[in-house]
Amino acid sequence: MTEPLLEARKVSKRYGQVHALQGADFTVRPGEVVALIGDNGAGKSTLVKTLSGTVRPDSGQILVAGVPVELGSPLDARRHGVETVYQDLALAPDLDAAANLHLGRELYRPGLLGRLGVLDRAAMRRSAVTAFAELGVDLRDVGVPVASLSGGQRQSVAVARAVAFANRIIFMDEPTAALGVVQRGRVLETIRRVRDRGVSVVLISHNMPEVLSVADRVEVLRLGRRVAVFEAAHTSVEELVGAMTGALDPVPAEPGPTGSGPAQSSRNGSDPTGSDPTGSDPTGSDPAAPGAAGQPSAPGKPARPTPGPEDGAL
Amino acid sequence: MSTHVPGEADRAAAPAPLRPGRTLPGWVRRIAAMNETWTFGVLVLLVAFFTAARPDTFLTRYDITQIATNAAIYLVLGVGMTFVIIVAGIDLSVGSVLVLSAVLSAEYTIHHGGAGSGWGTVAVSTLIALVTGVVWGGLQGWLVAKAKVPPLIVTLGGFGAALGLAQIITGGQDPTGAVSGELQHSIGFGKLFGQIPWLVVIAFATTVVFGLVLAFTRFGRYTYAIGSNPEAARRVGIDVDRHLVKIYALTGLLSGLGSVMWLAYFGTTSIAGHSSDNLKVITAVVLGGASLFGGRGSVLGTVIGVFIPAVLTTGLIIMDVQQYWQDVAIGIVLVAAVYLDQFRRRGRERG
Repeated sequence: MTEPLLEARKVSKRYGQVHALQGADFTVRPGEVVALIGDNGAGKSTLVKTLSGTVRPDSGQILVAGVPVELGSPLDARRHGVETVYQDLALAPDLDAAANLHLGRELYRPGLLGRLGVLDRAAMRRSAVTAFAELGVDLRDVGVPVASLSGGQRQSVAVARAVAFANRIIFMDEPTAALGVVQRGRVLETIRRVRDRGVSVVLISHNMPEVLSVADRVEVLRLGRRVAVFEAAHTSVEELVGAMTGALDPVPAEPGPTGSGPAQSSRNGSDPTGSDPTGSDPTGSDPAAPGAAGQPSAPGKPARPTPGPEDGAL
Repeated sequence: MSTHVPGEADRAAAPAPLRPGRTLPGWVRRIAAMNETWTFGVLVLLVAFFTAARPDTFLTRYDITQIATNAAIYLVLGVGMTFVIIVAGIDLSVGSVLVLSAVLSAEYTIHHGGAGSGWGTVAVSTLIALVTGVVWGGLQGWLVAKAKVPPLIVTLGGFGAALGLAQIITGGQDPTGAVSGELQHSIGFGKLFGQIPWLVVIAFATTVVFGLVLAFTRFGRYTYAIGSNPEAARRVGIDVDRHLVKIYALTGLLSGLGSVMWLAYFGTTSIAGHSSDNLKVITAVVLGGASLFGGRGSVLGTVIGVFIPAVLTTGLIIMDVQQYWQDVAIGIVLVAAVYLDQFRRRGRERG
């Protein structure tokens, strides 16, 4: 069993009256795309912030490659090879794409000039061009201010920045929320490509079909806790929605008002999964999902969601 | 009024901004897209206009040197203000900090030889002026960055407090013997190679150094980044608070330098004479294309922005226009410049 790359154990965070995280667990394995889903207010953003160093948890543990770490700032997270693509992209609109790509990680001129803090703009431009080319991003000029780029191009700049510097994990918070269909497809393609380069991707998304098409595993957060883990290849939109809303809770107390919407879209959801050649991890690092999900050998029928916290497996 | 004198005017307008045509090479289009080009065009037009209107007086009797000397101190203050405005701040205190620095350094001079004091006194009093500026500016920066008081308020308070302190120290009267004669004769009235006033040299050097810092170094890059999106800057690990403190300390430092230049040139502290410096300097920076919302601006633009009012003033005087018209004219030019700039940007930017 591969050691998890990043692990959150029983992380709690309270904002005044609001208990955003109540002992949440989360696991990222090497070379996988793991989706983090949950309803509004489930604690996704807070969890991501604790893992990317922007928010300090009140309690709980974060482990990188099995070693407990303190993530006091985004810099700490970056030092561990963890990059984040924020939902608001966190770009400086007046700077050009190359400057944004290297923001906080500028390259300097050699020699005395560099020691005086003089930037090597040509080198940064070159490396930006390379970075965009690797992602297959079409940016005609890396020298124009980001403000004059389209939404999709800005997104690409933010993703490219994360990809260029992450060597372990990239968090992507709703990366496709503001995009059109074509660009959306391109971002998903990028996610796969990043994964294939050996960098794990954590995808936070509301779009279930999208999650199923690109993720290897799905972890579900509800009310500040991880309530289920699925293998993406063996689950469906209904199941995800059920876990998110609590309709599939072990004790079927509530007759889940899941609605017919998600159920209808399940076809669309499972189709891409089926046809996706990368659905089952080609790197062979497809370990047993944590907890009771186990090796999902049974095709057709999904592995049961794992209810409740499964500390034993961690 | 708009009688064209073809030769002069056209020659002056030749390097002015050309409309970015379809077939123009990339570098021409890039230059045409720069704010500085357009502001420079306005400056060239003004010069052309006054030259055309008074060909035998403009740029002769009031020669460029005179304009440059008058603009030198505002230029130094403007360089600092450029940094502050690019980080989406504002500094209303520059004139008062200049006065306070001048008064404190004058106090030292008075008690150490007065007008007859030597270079030792000059050195110490200059240092006092610079340190006063840095400390005052740094304090304001700390209030902005750490205490999270809006810069408008911090520096408005600083504006009043610094001037008040200067008046308390001096009893409201400009002290006599405030400046060493050595300083006045060398820096104030002296000229480099007998040609260029030292005041202009100092202003030019300051402008070049900080212009390069803003354009080519990490310090400059972070200044733009913070002004553009402070949260993004913070997330990539830039120490935003510390940078803000540095920026306000820098404007303070340059106000201190301005006070030394003022003392050298005018030989008096002029306590009451700096209440509108802040607005003049902000006008210049904004004319130069800096955005009050941060993220945009350049030292080169500020240079042009300083010279537009200077040329306007000189020009209106030689045209025998009542001098109060210059304030009206500058006001109109300022608003028009910002309007045109907004208009252009809206066309360029996408949602």
